[in-house]
Amino acid sequence: MAWWLILPAVFVVFLVIGFPLIQVIVYSFMKIKLDGVTPPSFVGLDNYLFIFSDPDFWHSVWITLIFTFFSVTIECVLGLVVALVANSEFKGRTFLRVAVLIPWAIPTVVSSQIWRWMFNDIYGVVNIILANLHVIPHKLAWLATPETALPVIIAVDVWKTTPFMSLLLLAGLQLIPGDLYEAASIDGATALRKFFWLTLPLVTPTLLVALIFRTLDALRVFDIFYIMVGGQGNMATVAVYNQQQLIAFLDAGVGSATSLTILVFIMIFVVIYTRFSKASFQ
Amino acid sequence: MKEQDNKSPLLRFLFYLLVAVILVFNLFPFLYALVSSFRPSNDLFSTDLWPKALGLDHYQAVFRDARFVQSLINSIIVAGSTVLISLALGSLCAYALGRLPFRYKAPVLYLVLTMTMFPQISVLSGLFVMLKQLGLFNTRQGLVVTYLIFTMPFTIWVMTQYFRSLPKELEEAAYVDGASPITVFWQILLPLTMPGLISTGLLAFIAAWNEFLFALTFTVTDTMKTVPVVISQFSGTSSFEQPWGSIMAASMVVTIPLVILVMIFQYRIVAGLTAGAVKG
Repeated sequence: MAWWLILPAVFVVFLVIGFPLIQVIVYSFMKIKLDGVTPPSFVGLDNYLFIFSDPDFWHSVWITLIFTFFSVTIECVLGLVVALVANSEFKGRTFLRVAVLIPWAIPTVVSSQIWRWMFNDIYGVVNIILANLHVIPHKLAWLATPETALPVIIAVDVWKTTPFMSLLLLAGLQLIPGDLYEAASIDGATALRKFFWLTLPLVTPTLLVALIFRTLDALRVFDIFYIMVGGQGNMATVAVYNQQQLIAFLDAGVGSATSLTILVFIMIFVVIYTRFSKASFQ
Repeated sequence: MKEQDNKSPLLRFLFYLLVAVILVFNLFPFLYALVSSFRPSNDLFSTDLWPKALGLDHYQAVFRDARFVQSLINSIIVAGSTVLISLALGSLCAYALGRLPFRYKAPVLYLVLTMTMFPQISVLSGLFVMLKQLGLFNTRQGLVVTYLIFTMPFTIWVMTQYFRSLPKELEEAAYVDGASPITVFWQILLPLTMPGLISTGLLAFIAAWNEFLFALTFTVTDTMKTVPVVISQFSGTSSFEQPWGSIMAASMVVTIPLVILVMIFQYRIVAGLTAGAVKG
């Protein structure tokens, strides 16, 4: 009986994940073009050798790792700050909770466009304010060079995903029993002590879960980079690199090999995290 | 809770300053885009910070744009169908996982959880070829099928948590009266999980509405594109400067319904989001 209820869902999941995944594995060992002209042929590890010797691929790995490290770290810290504030009693708390959800609900394409407009070199609000305050000598073309574009892109991601982080952490904070704080207050603990000895250790399990979710998400970032810098070679992430192999070069073989490489990369992160979190729970 | 302890005015001031900073950081980009969308082009493309004129020019322009209107319709169809299919199939599966005893339940649940974190990019080329083979490339149906990748596992996972949280006595009485599992599901459990259906439905809708990578890769003609793709490809009559006014107006058209949904269902959305993660 139970299996009949599960079957339709399992079938759909197999259709959209299992079947394409098998195809990706097979194609990664084939020369297969989507132009409909080149006949497919088996090429062994050629696609993998091509990627691993392609400096553009390694550059995209590097960009992805930098992006992931900075955006996830900043999101954790800011998320915790927002969660602590939202967990306090004060007037307008509900308003704050709704306000932090707004960036999360906005489509990534839209938030990327909004920030691209804010950082527009001539009419953008950031340049106008900074130039008026004489912080910068002349207006900057923020998104034209990687040195300034990457921080802006990280800022967009932080803006968009900190709400998710703070909501998860807030849920974690609400699981902490209030009498622990009362006991600590009776013992004369300062607010700072309470934070480091009570709040932080007790919220760590939630923080780790949120960290895993966010890292996996950040490693496959596509939308923000594609919109903000148009997938320029020097600013491509692995996902952008992958999509270009497929769409611009119509190369399903190299595209599939890239896809599987990304999947393995991400699985390595999952294993490291689960090891790490198991160790920290003991 | 804790902030009540320190009544010192300085700390209170700093606390409210922090609240203000958080609010400005979260709301400013959205409000700036909103104001920009109402500024006529000659006012928008000036270096004045404050608008001197406001009008509906850009909104009229985007709604006269057949491409944008078509993409709105496409997005509504695609996101709506995705939600309906994942709720229908997902809640049946979640009912079995959450309420019925059967072998291999733990491995199935574990598989579902793994699937919720599955990176879509890693099946991109496989899906591309599959859609071509099925004749679903560049169709709305094709997009719906691929969107189930991220909505189905998530729906099953969250709904399983909801089904589990209902007390056991609920269906026991019905079983004693000779009801079948399907009757129990339809008449007793499903109505009780309505809040869960609303939460997951909303989250799935937002995810499908916002999706970009698949829509960009699996559609080519303007008649099939969804709103995020069209907003990413907005170009003006002159290629010299992008039509920022129209981009902002179109952005607001697709965002404001979501913002209103978030305001109304804030509590439900947060419940759904955290059920997907914290209980895991």
